[in-house]
Parts: sequence; structure tokens; C-alpha cells
Amino acid sequence: MIVFENMSVTYPDRERPALEGVELAIGEGELALVVGPTGAGKSTLLRSVNGLVPHFSGGRLTGRVLVDGRSTADHRPRDLADVVGFVGQDPDATFVADIVEDELAYSMENLGLSPPTMRRRVEDVLDILNLHSLRQRAIMSLSGGQRQRVAIGAVLTAAPRLLVLDEPTSSLDPISAEEVLAALSRLVHDQGVTIVVAEHRLERIVHAADVIVSVPETAGGVRAGPPAAMLALSSVAPPIVRLAQVAGWDPLPLSVRDARRLAGGLRQRLVVRPAAVGRPTPGPVVATVRRLSARYGRLLALEGVSLDLAAGEVTAVMGRNGAGKTTLLRHLVGLRSPEQGSVTVQGRKPSEMRPAEAVRLVGLVPQDPASMLSADSVVAECRDADHDASLAPGRTRATLERLMPGLSDQIHPRDLSEGQRLALALAIVLAPAPPLILLDEPTRGLDYIAKSRLTVMLRDLAAEGHSVVLATHDVELVADTADRVVVLADGEIITDGPTREVVCHTPGLAPQVARILAPTEWLTVAEVESALVDSGSIR
Amino acid sequence: MARRLTTLRVAPLHPVAWWAWAILLAAAAARTTNPLCLGLILAVAGWVVVSRRPQSTWARSYGTLLRLGALVVVIRVVVQVLFGERIPGHTLFTIPSLALPSWLAGVTLGGPVTADAVVGAACQGLRLAAILGCVGAANALVSPFRLLRCVPAGLYEIAVAVTVAVSFTPQVIASIGKVRDARRLRGRAVSGPAGMRGLAVPVLEGALERSLALAASMDSRGFGRRAVSSTRQRLASAATLAGLLGLAVGVYGVLDSGAPSGLGLPVVGVGALLVIAGLVATSVGSRTRYRPDRWAGREWVTVVVSAAALAAVIVVGRRDAASLAMPVYPLALPAVPPLALLGLLLAALPSVVAPPPIDTSVR
Repeated sequence: MIVFENMSVTYPDRERPALEGVELAIGEGELALVVGPTGAGKSTLLRSVNGLVPHFSGGRLTGRVLVDGRSTADHRPRDLADVVGFVGQDPDATFVADIVEDELAYSMENLGLSPPTMRRRVEDVLDILNLHSLRQRAIMSLSGGQRQRVAIGAVLTAAPRLLVLDEPTSSLDPISAEEVLAALSRLVHDQGVTIVVAEHRLERIVHAADVIVSVPETAGGVRAGPPAAMLALSSVAPPIVRLAQVAGWDPLPLSVRDARRLAGGLRQRLVVRPAAVGRPTPGPVVATVRRLSARYGRLLALEGVSLDLAAGEVTAVMGRNGAGKTTLLRHLVGLRSPEQGSVTVQGRKPSEMRPAEAVRLVGLVPQDPASMLSADSVVAECRDADHDASLAPGRTRATLERLMPGLSDQIHPRDLSEGQRLALALAIVLAPAPPLILLDEPTRGLDYIAKSRLTVMLRDLAAEGHSVVLATHDVELVADTADRVVVLADGEIITDGPTREVVCHTPGLAPQVARILAPTEWLTVAEVESALVDSGSIR
Repeated sequence: MARRLTTLRVAPLHPVAWWAWAILLAAAAARTTNPLCLGLILAVAGWVVVSRRPQSTWARSYGTLLRLGALVVVIRVVVQVLFGERIPGHTLFTIPSLALPSWLAGVTLGGPVTADAVVGAACQGLRLAAILGCVGAANALVSPFRLLRCVPAGLYEIAVAVTVAVSFTPQVIASIGKVRDARRLRGRAVSGPAGMRGLAVPVLEGALERSLALAASMDSRGFGRRAVSSTRQRLASAATLAGLLGLAVGVYGVLDSGAPSGLGLPVVGVGALLVIAGLVATSVGSRTRYRPDRWAGREWVTVVVSAAALAAVIVVGRRDAASLAMPVYPLALPAVPPLALLGLLLAALPSVVAPPPIDTSVR
């Protein structure tokens, strides 16, 4: 279906190629999962399938890319629209119409299909993606998962034989991500569509993949192979694979179901109770939220929320998209002032303070850390931050050095990887040493390596006595990092307790290790590994 | 078969029919200062909006336009009081007068303010407010996206550009909010000139990035695939555009009684011919259209009743022009022109004839 023949891509003004010597063949009806660290060239690989690279991006492509026998050299993306459907990272930026049905019809109108055909295909796609009840809805009124399905449907109506998706679930909560992935697997199994998808959170999708294409950091090492074999060697692997390696399972299980069938022996070898792995008791209360309610127009965002946040504690705020997580953080940092109820941080109200003072009390790293960055080099960014918060010169740069050693001074923030950008934003927030630190969706676009570095950073901050709050969908991050989990639903707190208790008893929030080893309450591979080492069953 | 019922769609009224209705009603408003007629026009437009507007962001703009209308009335009265021509009659109060020197046309500002002047100015303001109300009604009843879908194939490229611009506005507003938040999170001033300077660059950057993403998406979905950029195509597009311009000028000539007589019907005729020629030339085999809006009985009724309303006002104006104006100096109660009022009442018919709106926002 897709053949890459010795393909290399070099972007303009870059010395080294983004991809080099790619030899790859993806067959009809396969689901190919593209994995690799951020910035390794996954997006470049995906965008070269329908000719966006190089027709749209510029740069030089040598070698050949053949899609269904057509070469992208002489077919522009628009000429391949009936063969390849491409869904980009941010669905919101790709919508052309305002109503679901019109958006679905857009590509067919461009292809000049007859009205009866268009009508039939729209109905088909509405059924396949389970969108029929939303057909007349305004796209902007839909949830994230629904929007992502509309974006997929909008390319599917052109009846492409190949679908290319770039991180389709990165901003979705676990349940919405499930919806999207279920739709994808229906397409592979029932419609025979070939799918190429890039995804960081392998645990969500790896069990459905037929082929894994690994894109390593070094430009010339793109390889493809069966999932189990590829993951055994890969530097990026979901928890299930790392657990299997610790436990010595062979063949490598890729789904929780397969792993559970192998896990009986491991559960018996784990004689210690996991609760014994304790964490220090939290310190004094840093922030207090009392009976906080908030609404956007008619929409209720928060309803009577009360919460105490303690020093030395990492709290994860979880819940569906739109459950009120971001609204809660915005109140804590003072971007919104409470209409009802109160928010105090160390006895003061953040919304009533001057910005330059407030940053010494509470800091927030927003969902899109890039929005905080405005200078043209890392060192200028740090200098601005020192100036804004009237800190001693060099303070922010020193903080950054601690979080991410060895980052070059002169590099433009736009050229940083997601993980580096997050570290820079976190350094800016952290430099004035606020007792309360908030992070909104910090793992969006982070690979496993960057995520484990983030975990270490956050644990260190808590150990130094900061109170850290994460709003996140990432259950694996929560299992690794958080002491306490607060679950919001429709603006109300429905659960608040220690991480182990909450996530092990909420199926939608359980990390892979917990699901494999249930009913024993283990959360992370590291925990299991150290318990095994202690009991002497492995060295 | 409950599901079929919920997804069954009654085709909404054709967007062009709504706009024709609103423009004809606004044309009627432009021909009168009689507060009874103007009030009735506002009431009719408001009633139709309340009963037939969809639940959308655009529909909410109606309230804003009404407030704008009220502001227009106030401004018109204030301007009259301060700078307007002095009209004799019943004096309400006197403001100090100031005679400007002769090189400033020797105008006298201030002086006695009469009830006649205030009422006259208020009625003129009300006329503008009624026109705004009609435009706002059309805007609330039809989303700009639906209207743009009706644009003929010859103008398709322009329509796409406008569509994208329309959908970008809310995104730019959201992006401004995001950048302001980020500035506050860094401890920077949010307001003042320093705040403005830091705002423009990131917002523009964001808009540019989104445009690129949208362009990539449109290209991947076959935009421009069938475009034949032949000379004939361009000529036809130019003809359509020129024709539309001609139509606009011609309609102005017809509506404004003070315009030169040659500017009216002849220009309309030439414009219409050009548009038709352009459309015929471009409609041959390019894009197709998904579920195009249909023009049927309801659309005809909507246009005919509003045309009847305008006709009634024009006829009354010909027969007895004074009954359509607010009488000042001497100040009196406005006349009650039965034919005009009946005609305007007829324009409320779409509130029953048009199909009820489809809810596009409820989860």
C-alpha cells in the first residue's frame, strides 16, 4: 500500500536531514504504529505519505514514496485526497464548516462526487464513527473525543484506502481516547482500511497494532517489524512491556488480557503488600478552597468544591474533558476570581494580587507551555523571567539547569522539543519559588523518557516542600508521581484519597500494572521490581 | 424507529430567503419615520427571531445589535441637542449657545432645545435602529456559514476565504485570552501599552500557525483539485463580481429617491445580465454540492410577504407622504396609516411558515 524507497528529507536551512534512507513497506489492511522519541521525525514520516512533505512544507525529498502505486513526487496532496486521508494533531485547526454534516461532506464536494453518492457516504461514516446523533450539531459545541471523530470522519467520506493520523488521542481523556481507538480498529477490521498512526501513549493502542515502525533519534534508522519483537528492543516501551521484562515473560504480552494470563506466578512471588511502600506524611496546608462554584454562561463548571492542599504533596486532579479541572487550576492561580466560595493560598487571595506578587505565591504551567514563551532564545527567555518577577539575575537559568542540565543558551524556544519546552516553562514558574505549583496536562506530547524525567522533577519539588497539583488524563503519570488523587465529575469532587486506593478501585483510572496484577494493588513497574529485588526473587 | 425520528431533518428556510425578507423589511423602514410603523417593524423582526432563531453563537448577536440600535437613538438625540439645527416649537430647556467664527461656517452651537427637535431626532434614530434590527434578525436567523454555502460557484474561492475569516475571529479572541493569561502567569502587566505590545506578536504567530494547519488540512482534502484556472474561468468570475457590484449600485439607485434617474433600473438590468452570464459560464462541471438548500413554497411566501410589506409602505408614501413621517412643528400624534401597518404585519408570517430551528448546540 505504501512503499518508501531510500527516502530522505532535508528541510530548508537545516544541515542534517530529518529522515535518511528510509526503506519501508506497509501492506494493505495493516495498522502500523509509528513510535519514537519526540523530535525524531515521526510527523515528517507521516506527512510524507500524502505528499504534504515536501509539497506543502518545502524542503528536499530524495528517493521515492509510492502510495497505491502513485508517486508523491508528481501527485500533490490534493491529488491523493481520494487515496490518503490525513488527520493532523490539532483537529480544531482543521475544520472548515461549522456543522458536523457539512464538515463531513467537504472533501467529497472538492472531489466533485454526485449528490446521491455524497449522501450515502455521509450516512455510512456517521454510522461507522457513531456520530449519527451529532450530525446537526455545531462542531464547536462537541467534546474533544467527538471532535476528533468528526475530523476522522471528514477524511473518511472521501473513501480513502489509507488513513494517516498524527497523535489522535494526545489531548483526550482515557474514555474519549478509547472511543477514537475503537473507531480506528473497526475501520481496520470491518472496512479493510490501512492505518498509519503515531502515538506516544503506546499503552493505549499497542495491542491493536500489526506493525511497529520505529523512528529513532538518529536520522537513519527507521525500521519496521512485528510489535513484540520491536518493543523488546525499543527504548520507548509501555509499562506492560517493562513489567514483562522484569518478570521474564516470553513471548511478550501486548494486551492486559494476555498479561493477566501470565501473571499468576508473579502475583504469588510478590509476597510483600504494596501498601508497605509508603510516602512521607504531608506538611502544613498551603492552599484552601472552600465551597467554590463557577459557571460559564449557563454551563456549570464547578459546584461547591472544597479542598486543602498540603506542602510536600503531589495531588493529581483527574476527570473527563470538561469536568472542571482547568477551571479549578485557574481559580487557584488567580486567573479567575471566585464568584461563590473562596480560594486562599497561604492566607492570601491570588486573584486580588498584582501579577508580579502572585508569581511568588502560586505558579501554573498552562496546557500549552509554548504560549508562555515569547523571547527568541532560551537565555533571553530566562533573563525576561528574572526581570518580570524581580529576581536576582541568573536565577531562572540556574533553575532550568537543575531541571534539564546542558540545554544550549542560544537555541530558539520554538526549536526545543516538547519536553524541553515544558522544562523551560516550569523553570520560569519555579524560579520565584512559589509554595504552590500547578501543571495543566503536562504530558501532552511527551515521550516515555521525558515523562520519567518529569516524574523525577515533580517528586524532587514535593520533597523540597512545594505543594504540586497536576491536572491530567495520564494514569501512568499519576501512578508514578501522585500521592493523592482528586476526581472531578461535572464540577463536583466525587473521590479524594490516596493514589493507590483511588486508582485501583476506579477501572477507568487504573494504570496497566494495576490492571494486570489486580486484586493486589501494585501501581508501577519500579515498585514491583524493587519488591522482587527485596524478596530476593530477582537480582 | 425512534432514532430515525430524532435525526430526521426538516430543511431549514433557504438563507437567501431570510436575507431577502430582512432587506425588504429594512427598505420599508428606510422610507418612514412614523414611530408606529418603525415600532411595528422592530416588533415583527423581533417576533420572527424569537420564534425561529437557532441556538447558536450567531443568534446571540441579535441582542447586541438591538443595544447598538438603542445607542444610535441616544447618540442621534444628543447630537441634535448639542449641534443640530434649531427647530422652533415648545422649548424644553436652553443650553448656552456658542457662535463659531465665520471661518468655521459661522454655525451657532447650543441654544434653545425644543420638544419638536428631540422627538424628530429620536424618530430618525429609531429608523436607523429599525434597519439595524432587520439586519440583526437575518444574522441571527442564518449562520454566515449557511449563507456562504449559497454563493455561486464562480465566487467559490472568495466565499472560502470569507468562511475561513469568519471562523477565525472567535479563535483569535480565544488566542488573545490565552496569551493574556500566559503573561499574567509570568508576572507581567496585563493591561497598558506594555501589555498590548507583548500581545500582538504571540497572537499573530498563533493565527499564522493555525492558518498553516488549516491550509494543510484543506489541501489534503482535495481543495483546489478541480480548479481550472483558465482565462475563461477568470473572465466569468470577473463578470459575476462586476455584475453583483452593478446590482448593488442599481438597487441603491432604485431605493434612494434623490439618486440620478439613470442609476436605477438600467444598472440593475445590466448587473443582472452580467451575473447570469458569469454563473452560467462557471457552473459547468467543477465542484458538487452536498444537500444544497432548496427554494420551495415557504421561501416564496417569505419573500412575497416582505415584498408586499415594502409595496404597501411605498404605495402609502405615494398617496399620502405625510402619514409616514413623524409630525413636528407643530408636534402631533403620528398618523395611523392602516394599509402600511397591515402590510408590515404580513411580514410576520415567516414566524409560522418557516420550519422551526434545529438545535445544534445541546449535548
